Amino acid sequence: MSSVRTRRIFASVSCGLGFALVLTACSSSSPSGGSTASASGDCTAFKAYGDLKGKTVTIYTGIVTPEDQPYMDSYKPFEDCTGAKIEYNGDKAFETQILVRAKAGNPPDIAIVPQPGLLQQLVATGKAIAAPKAVADNVDKFWGADWKTYGSVGGKFYAAPSGASVKSLIWYSPKEFTDNKYKVPTTLAELKTLSDKIAATGKKPWCAGIGSGDATGWPITDWMEEMMLRLSGPTVYDQWVSHKIAFNSAAPTAALNAVGAYLKNDKYVNGGLGDVKSIATTTFQDGGLPILQGTCSLHQMASFYASNFPKGTKVAADGAVFAFYEPGVKATDHPVEGGGEFNLAFSDRPEVKAFQTYLSTDLWANTKAKISSAATGGGWISANKGLDVANLTNPIDKLSASILQDPKTVFRFDGSDQMPAAVGSDAFWKQATSWITGQSTKDTLDKIEAAWPKS
Amino acid sequence: MDVSVKFLTMALAILLFVAVVGVILFIAGRSERRSPSLVAYVFLFPSLLMLSVGLLFPAAQTIYQSFFDAAGKAFIGFGNYQTIFSSSDEILVLRNSVFWVVVTPFVATAIGLLYAILVDGAKAEAPAKALIFLPMAISMVAASIIWKFVYEFRPDQQGVKQIGLLNQILVWLGGSPQQWIVNSPWNTFFLIVVMIWIQAGFAMTILSASIKAIPNDVIEAARLDGVNAFGMFRFVTLPSIRPAVIVVLTTIGIGTLKVFDIVRTMTGGNFGTNVVANEFYTQSFRASNQGLGAALAVLLFILVVPIVVYNIRQLRASEAR
Repeated sequence: MSSVRTRRIFASVSCGLGFALVLTACSSSSPSGGSTASASGDCTAFKAYGDLKGKTVTIYTGIVTPEDQPYMDSYKPFEDCTGAKIEYNGDKAFETQILVRAKAGNPPDIAIVPQPGLLQQLVATGKAIAAPKAVADNVDKFWGADWKTYGSVGGKFYAAPSGASVKSLIWYSPKEFTDNKYKVPTTLAELKTLSDKIAATGKKPWCAGIGSGDATGWPITDWMEEMMLRLSGPTVYDQWVSHKIAFNSAAPTAALNAVGAYLKNDKYVNGGLGDVKSIATTTFQDGGLPILQGTCSLHQMASFYASNFPKGTKVAADGAVFAFYEPGVKATDHPVEGGGEFNLAFSDRPEVKAFQTYLSTDLWANTKAKISSAATGGGWISANKGLDVANLTNPIDKLSASILQDPKTVFRFDGSDQMPAAVGSDAFWKQATSWITGQSTKDTLDKIEAAWPKS
Repeated sequence: MDVSVKFLTMALAILLFVAVVGVILFIAGRSERRSPSLVAYVFLFPSLLMLSVGLLFPAAQTIYQSFFDAAGKAFIGFGNYQTIFSSSDEILVLRNSVFWVVVTPFVATAIGLLYAILVDGAKAEAPAKALIFLPMAISMVAASIIWKFVYEFRPDQQGVKQIGLLNQILVWLGGSPQQWIVNSPWNTFFLIVVMIWIQAGFAMTILSASIKAIPNDVIEAARLDGVNAFGMFRFVTLPSIRPAVIVVLTTIGIGTLKVFDIVRTMTGGNFGTNVVANEFYTQSFRASNQGLGAALAVLLFILVVPIVVYNIRQLRASEAR
C-alpha cells in the first residue's frame, strides 16, 4: 500500500516539476495550454475527481513571493490531471481584505486562512461552506483531533489544515554547547539552570526582540503562551484562550511572571543588544542574530526563523546555529505550540470540492514538501501524519515535523491567534510591549482583561 | 487580468465620463435659456452628489456608528466617548495629541519665520531656502525612517558601535547612549521634532513670500524713523504678515492633529506615544472595535473644525483687505 502510494506521489511530483520546468522554459508568456503535459504524468490518484476541464477554482491567500511559487507548482498535478484551472491570488493585505470580500458577497472559492480566530469571523459571515465528507475523512485520517477542532466552528467542521509551524523552539549555537559541555535541557528547570550557568560566566544568555512594526509585542505573546501551556497544562490553556478564566487570574499571572523571570531579568537579557528595554526596540528579525556573533546563547522563536539568518549560515545540528525543543516541566511532558493555515471554501461547486479534497491528502502534503525543499530549500511543513519526513531536506523542517508527529505531543494552536482581535491583535501586543518597558505584570494583565470584548 | 481587458475597462470609463459631462452640458445649455441661475445649480449638482456620496454620507455613517458597540450591533449611547475620556490608555492618547498640537505649529512657525527673516535678501537666499524646504518634499514615512536611524540605539557594550547619529554624538561628548524613542514622555517630543523638521520649510516659504510683499515705502518710513532690527520685526514685519502667520499656524495645526504616519512608522503607537489618529486606525482595523474607532474619528473631526473655521475666517479677512 505504502509503496504504491509513494510511487504515485513520485510520478505526480515529477509531472508537476516537469511542468514547472516547461513553464520556466517558455519564460513570462501567459500560461496557456500545457494540458498535454498530463499525458506523461500518472493521474490514477486524480481519477476520483472526474473531468473538470474548463472549470476554474480561485484561491486567495496572504502567501506572496517567494513562497507562492511552490504552492502554485504543487497544484499543477491537479490541474494537469483533472483539466481544472487554479487561479492563485496572493495579497499581503489578505487578513483584512478577506473579511471585506466575504461580507460583500464576493469571496474567493478557497481562502488559505492563517488563524482559527479569523476562520471563525469568516464563518460568522455566513458565506463559508462546511467541508465535504471526503475532506473530513482525510482530516480524521491524517491529523490529530486537536487540529480538526481548530478547523471547526461551533462543532461543525469547515476547513482542513494546510501548512504548519512549530513555535516551541529555542535557537542556540551547537558549537558553543559542545565547547562548554552544555547539555540541551530536557526540563524547564534544566533550562533555568543552564541560563544561570551561562549568566555566571558574565555572558547574557538570552536575546530577544519584539519589534514588528504595528504588530510590535507579538513575540512576548508566544513566550507567555509557551509558559501557560507548560505550567498550567493544555486544559487551562484552552480555558484561558476561550476566556473561561479571566486574563488576570492566577494561572496567566504565573505564566507572565515566569516569562519575566527570563525576559525581565537583567542577568539574562539582552545578549549583544542592550538592557531589558532594548527588547522593545529590537526587531524580531534581529533578536536572535547575536547568537552568530557569540554575544548571546539562547533565543526563543518559531521554526520560520531559520530563513532569517544571513545567507550561507549553516542551520543544522552541526552548523553555526540550530534549535532544540523547548522542554516542558517534566521530561515526559511534550507540549507543543504552533501555528498553521486552513483551507476554507466559500463555494460547493464540484471542482472546488475536488480541489479542497486534494489539498487535504497526504499526496498534496508530500508534493508540496518536495517542491518547497527543491525550490526554496524547505521552510514548509505540515502536521499531516502522511507527510514523509524523508521528503524534507532542511534540518529544521525535519526537527519540526518530527516534533509535530511525535505521538506524545500535545499540540496547541497559538493562543493570541484565536483570541478576539481586540485582544489577540491589539491589547495583548500593546500591553506586552508596555510590560517589557516597565509596566507591572498585574497592570498588564488587568488592562488586557479590560480590553476583552464584553458579550 | 488581461491587458486588453484593462484597456477596455479604461476606455469604457473614459466614455462614461465623456457621456456624463455631455449630458450635464446639454442640460445646462437648455436651461440657460430659461433661467441663468439654474445653470449654476446644474453645474454644481455633480460635485454636490459626489461630495455627499464620498464625504457627507460616510461622515454621517461614522457619527452614527460611534454610538454603537465594537461589533456595530448594540446601541450604547455615549459609551465610546466615555471610554475615550476615562480609560488611562485613551487619556494618554489625548495628552499626546495635546503635546503635538501645542508644540508643533508654534515651533515650526517660529523656526520658519526666523529663517525667512535671516535669509531674506542674503547672498545665497535661494539655495538656503531650498535646503530647509527639502524635507517638505519627503514623504512622512520616509522622514520617519530617516529619523528612526538618527535615534537608533545600540547598547553601551564592548565592541558594539552606535549606528544612530544622535547617540554617536552623545557618546563623543562623553555621555552614554539613550533609548530616545522608548523613554516616555520625552519620546513624544522626539517624534514631534520630525514633524517640525518637515513643516518648518512650509512655514518658511509662505512667510518669506509675505515678507517680500511688504511695501517698500513702509519699510523706508520705518528706517527713517530710526527703528532697530528688533523694532522693525516687532512693529513692521510681524503686523504686516500677521494673516499669513495665522494661516501657517492653523494649517500646521490641522496637519498635526491628523498626524498618523510618523507615529505609526516610528513607534507603532507603543511606548506611550500614541495619538488620536493612530489610535483610531488601530481600534477600527486591528482591534475591530468599530464603535470606538468611529468615536475617535468623530472626536478628531470635532477638534479640527474650530481650527478650520478660524483658518477660513482669517483667509477671508486677509482677502477682504
